[in-house]
Amino acid sequence: MSNKVIHALYDDDDVLLKAVKSIKEEKHHIEEVYTPFPVHGLDKVLGLDETRIAIMSFIYGCIGFLVAVLMINYIMIVDWPQNIGGKPSFSFLENMPAFVPVMFEMTVFFAAHLMVITFYLRSKLWPFKEAENPNPLTTDDKFLVEVAVGKNEKQLTALLKKTGAIDIALIDKDH
Amino acid sequence: MYTLPSRLKITFIVLMMIGAAGLGVGFLSAPSTVAEAQAMVADAHYGEESHGESHGETGASSHDSHAETAHAEQADTSHETSSSHQAGSHGEAAAHEDNHGEHLLHQLQNKPWAALYVAAFFFMMIALGTLAFYAIQRAAQAGWSILLYRVMEGITAYLLPGTLVVFTLLVLSGMHWNHLFIWMDPEVVAHDKIIQGKVAYLNVPFFLVRAIFYIFGWNLYRFLSRKFSLAQDEAKDISNHKKNFRWSAGFLVFFIVTESMMSWDWIMSVDPHWFSTLFGWYVFASMFVSGITVIALVTIYLKSKGYLPEVNDSHIHDLGKFIFGVSIFWTYLWFSQFMLIWYSNIPEEVTYFMTRIEDYNLPFFGMLVMNFLFPLLVLMNSDYKRSNYIIIGVGIVVILGHYIDVFNMIMPSAVGDQWFIGLSEIGGFLFFLGLFLWVVFSALTKAPLIAKGDPYMGESERYHY
Repeated sequence: MSNKVIHALYDDDDVLLKAVKSIKEEKHHIEEVYTPFPVHGLDKVLGLDETRIAIMSFIYGCIGFLVAVLMINYIMIVDWPQNIGGKPSFSFLENMPAFVPVMFEMTVFFAAHLMVITFYLRSKLWPFKEAENPNPLTTDDKFLVEVAVGKNEKQLTALLKKTGAIDIALIDKDH
Repeated sequence: MYTLPSRLKITFIVLMMIGAAGLGVGFLSAPSTVAEAQAMVADAHYGEESHGESHGETGASSHDSHAETAHAEQADTSHETSSSHQAGSHGEAAAHEDNHGEHLLHQLQNKPWAALYVAAFFFMMIALGTLAFYAIQRAAQAGWSILLYRVMEGITAYLLPGTLVVFTLLVLSGMHWNHLFIWMDPEVVAHDKIIQGKVAYLNVPFFLVRAIFYIFGWNLYRFLSRKFSLAQDEAKDISNHKKNFRWSAGFLVFFIVTESMMSWDWIMSVDPHWFSTLFGWYVFASMFVSGITVIALVTIYLKSKGYLPEVNDSHIHDLGKFIFGVSIFWTYLWFSQFMLIWYSNIPEEVTYFMTRIEDYNLPFFGMLVMNFLFPLLVLMNSDYKRSNYIIIGVGIVVILGHYIDVFNMIMPSAVGDQWFIGLSEIGGFLFFLGLFLWVVFSALTKAPLIAKGDPYMGESERYHY
């Protein structure tokens, strides 16, 4: 089977959404859509799975909370109890209100940073990675839909034209 | 148009009657002499349980020398308070015995009044919080919430009766029918240097004038905004909408100043020695989240009865997000207030939390679970915020939690450790619940439930997340 795809360029997000819908209806396989900004509702039209990053965020937050409790307990109670403002320094629970800001910040810190790192890993992104973006126009104001070419290239091209593509290019990925 | 089923109306009236009966029993069973008060306490041991167990787990540095001083001073001032009520012809030792009894008598006499005041304030606060939310939607030109405007207007219809009831109670306090505000008692002031310094602000005439000013301002906005909103239904242009926008923006400025001052006047001054600079915000967060929760509950109820067909789960989701977010905002303010006072441990400030932790341990920390932990854990999930049942369940817990919040603000200075949730508390809550629902649901019948003339109506109908 050939590894040919068609790159169809659109210049409006509403047109793109309708185009993706009709391409899907005609049972063509959309490999990827490149957009300069997140298009509301595109994930639903493409039938993408819901993100699970929220669950990870919760778990990361819990880890951060736990790390903060263990850390502050070791630093402020076990290792070197300090008398600050006459607060009881030998009991974690009695001194807990003073540690709440630390626990809060560590929870947020862990959740936020680990979530970003997870996102990078999951999207296979790292520093100095070459962009996979096929057309630099999609970083400006154009939207690109990559459709796999099946048996009927002519019919697909006609369909894409009808949906309002401003440019259609046949790309052979083998080369 | 919504029509109020007569069965509901009867339910509301029954609620009010039960509530009034509870309050009546509460008022009648309040002791009238010192001996009666002492006999009541000896019989029932009110509040003893919470008193005993709180000492161990407070964590509020009860061994600290500062705290000890604070405790002593608090005891001093409360004796001072009660000593001013008696003639003072006894000797020192005898006076001490009597002071205790007199103090107890005042606390027990205050109890039904305080229960009435807490419930009256709480339901007024829901209407006021909803009014603020409504004004924010108007001023922000929000598009999603237009479908809920008539629900909000229905809830704010309680503002006028609610504020008038609270005002009546304030006037009665000013006429010395009760001792909720001890600074209103000239004999207390005569013996209290700290209150003497505040007399320029804390005096009955100025207090009532301020109350009239706030109440007039809020109700004026509510009246005008409702008028423009109804006029917009049939209007051909959007001039009413624009007027509403301007009035709402102006109202928000007026509101945040008067709301702050109202919270000092009507709540913080029951404890005239104590002050907190973020108290206005704290009360605001409480009323805001209660208001939003009631909007959600009423909307879901109306939808379940087949009204408001255009309201979809995205609208409920947004209300859920607001309940979640404002609950956390409330906790943030609660903690900011608590931690600074706990940490600095200044005697005249820290007594506020010492009485609450020692005598009100369960409601004080229970309220944190209800208003913070519960909504935090349950509403964190996006899907749960779209579920009507979960919003209703969380909503009821949050509403009760904020009632306890107001309870915790008023009761410790009114009745001290003599609190318990008795007939007058439950009666007060039920009475104002019935009145509130009656007023709100009657107001809902008076206008179409859809503000069809609003220029953003289409956006709200198509709203999806």
